[in-house]
Amino acid sequence: MQQINEPLIPKIGVVTDIRIDTPDVKTFRVVTPDGKKAFDHMPGQCAMLSIPGVGEAMFSITSSPTNKEFMEFSIKKCGCVTEWLHSMEAGQQITIRGPYGKPFPVDTEFAGHDMLFIAGGIGLAPLRSVINYCRHYRDRYGKIDIVYGSRSMQDLVDYKEIIDEWSKDSGVNVHLTIDRDQPEWGGHVGFVPNYVKELGFSTDKIAILCGPPIMIKFTLAGLQELGFDKTQVYTTLELRMKCGIGKCGRCNVGTKYVCKDGPVFRCDEIDELPDEY
Amino acid sequence: MRKISIDKLYVLFSSIAESSKLYIPVDTKAGAKFEEWESGKTLSNALNTVRSTKDFFFPQTENLMDFKVEGKNIEIIDTRSESEDFVIFGVRACDVKSFEVLDRVFLSEPVDSYYKNRREHGVIISVACIKPAETCFCGTFGIDAADPEGDVVCYKTDDALYMDAKTEKGKKLLDSVSCLTDEADTKACDEQKELIHERFSKLPLANLSADAFGSGKTSEFFDAPEWRELSQSCLGCGTCTFVCPTCQCYDIKDFNTGHGIRRFRCWDSCMYSEFTKMSAGQPRLTQLERFRQRFMHKLVYYPTNNDGLFSCVGCGRCLSKCPIQMNIVKVMKKLGGKENAAN
Repeated sequence: MQQINEPLIPKIGVVTDIRIDTPDVKTFRVVTPDGKKAFDHMPGQCAMLSIPGVGEAMFSITSSPTNKEFMEFSIKKCGCVTEWLHSMEAGQQITIRGPYGKPFPVDTEFAGHDMLFIAGGIGLAPLRSVINYCRHYRDRYGKIDIVYGSRSMQDLVDYKEIIDEWSKDSGVNVHLTIDRDQPEWGGHVGFVPNYVKELGFSTDKIAILCGPPIMIKFTLAGLQELGFDKTQVYTTLELRMKCGIGKCGRCNVGTKYVCKDGPVFRCDEIDELPDEY
Repeated sequence: MRKISIDKLYVLFSSIAESSKLYIPVDTKAGAKFEEWESGKTLSNALNTVRSTKDFFFPQTENLMDFKVEGKNIEIIDTRSESEDFVIFGVRACDVKSFEVLDRVFLSEPVDSYYKNRREHGVIISVACIKPAETCFCGTFGIDAADPEGDVVCYKTDDALYMDAKTEKGKKLLDSVSCLTDEADTKACDEQKELIHERFSKLPLANLSADAFGSGKTSEFFDAPEWRELSQSCLGCGTCTFVCPTCQCYDIKDFNTGHGIRRFRCWDSCMYSEFTKMSAGQPRLTQLERFRQRFMHKLVYYPTNNDGLFSCVGCGRCLSKCPIQMNIVKVMKKLGGKENAAN
């Protein structure tokens, strides 16, 4: 009995580093007690993190699979579990299980294409994994464009990495925007959907969208105005989850379970789902 | 086919109970209920138990694991243990079918080891339904109450119990009590089957059809205006989901025992607003969406993912237990086309 693997029983993880990204986002570095990665994953997949006694919640894995040493999770403070995570110190143990869900098709549909990443706020968290995967295997992809917007300069997650690394890569163009102007900000001001239209991308790319539902809705419409087909656009969905393995029933939308059939969906696949996400 | 005289039932029960736990339906103040057999307990004559048989494999609450937390360190304690062998006597055709519906959820990859453990150790003895109730509609989902599934299938007449082993587990069980039973022909059972078919054909819901529903019908029903009226008086109490033999949604929660943290799972209900509520929002805002989810899942989503198998077995428990008399039959009559509306 004890030998049978039980998917609901997690492993121990140690939070070895906590980085403050924005006023309400922190990035947590997690390894096993013997200093290894808890498990391998692909970009877009998620993990269940828990603090015994507080609860368990699903988070997208922010770090790229190409990082063989540790996993990172960028987490916004917005509920019970996340508040507890935000209040803890390095060295704290948590539990971790996964990986869950269908990843982005980085090695199949994405291979050989120009990539357009569009993120809003904490929506960068799941995309960072794909972006760094594409940067690692740079020769497998064409030109990379990253459009990222947040409420303010201080709310841009991974700002340092974006400026110091991503924007310095050849063939990678970073387009940042904030909702309202700030004195110290020299860049673009405005909402992501409008900025995407202003930038006017050619339609020979794969676009990946992640952000608040309202941003996704208007950005998708904007991309369609530019001539993109829904089959070229991918996004991730988020619903409440408990088991992560398609059994507890919580993240059921139509015939799909977001935890196992998603969270990554192509936008034409989303059209086939009933409007309940 | 084996046979035992009805007045020897207690001998059969005590013999089975010698080697494993035996559960039988007994009458209690709160209605018929499965209880562990012990000397003196007699078989209920009720058609079905108030609660379904899902508790045997998927209990209302169960411990998943324990944690010891010391400072920054956590220890995970695997509290699983091998289930004891047990026998459930008197399961009806509808409830036996519900195990197949649950199996497809819990035994599909990745396998739920808690469920599998109990399932492997349970032996199911079903009994054909000679006296169906007006709320019965198992036939709608292709279930034959005269020919239930199970490890051992029984037919109870006024003076005897006829038993037929259908699986290896069942054969083993009948072999172990063979000294108490006699070889019998199928005449009495065949007569009873005929009578059962006749009685079922006269039930008020005998002509209820599920043909309008099934695989791939999401767009036909999801936006139907009828959901508003159907769901209007739903209280969101979740009673239907708790008495339902196939409802399997669950919650996972932690609690502090005083000596550590226990993580347990318990039944949950898609009828509750908390079910889908996130800090980021609520995808099912009103009872309409929750009500629709339950019936769409049973009649469309589940069959789409499971070779057309419906996630309803027509046991009728929700028909008799819903405080506002709303139920899947009314939904099927309203949405299932002209043929059903006339029923």
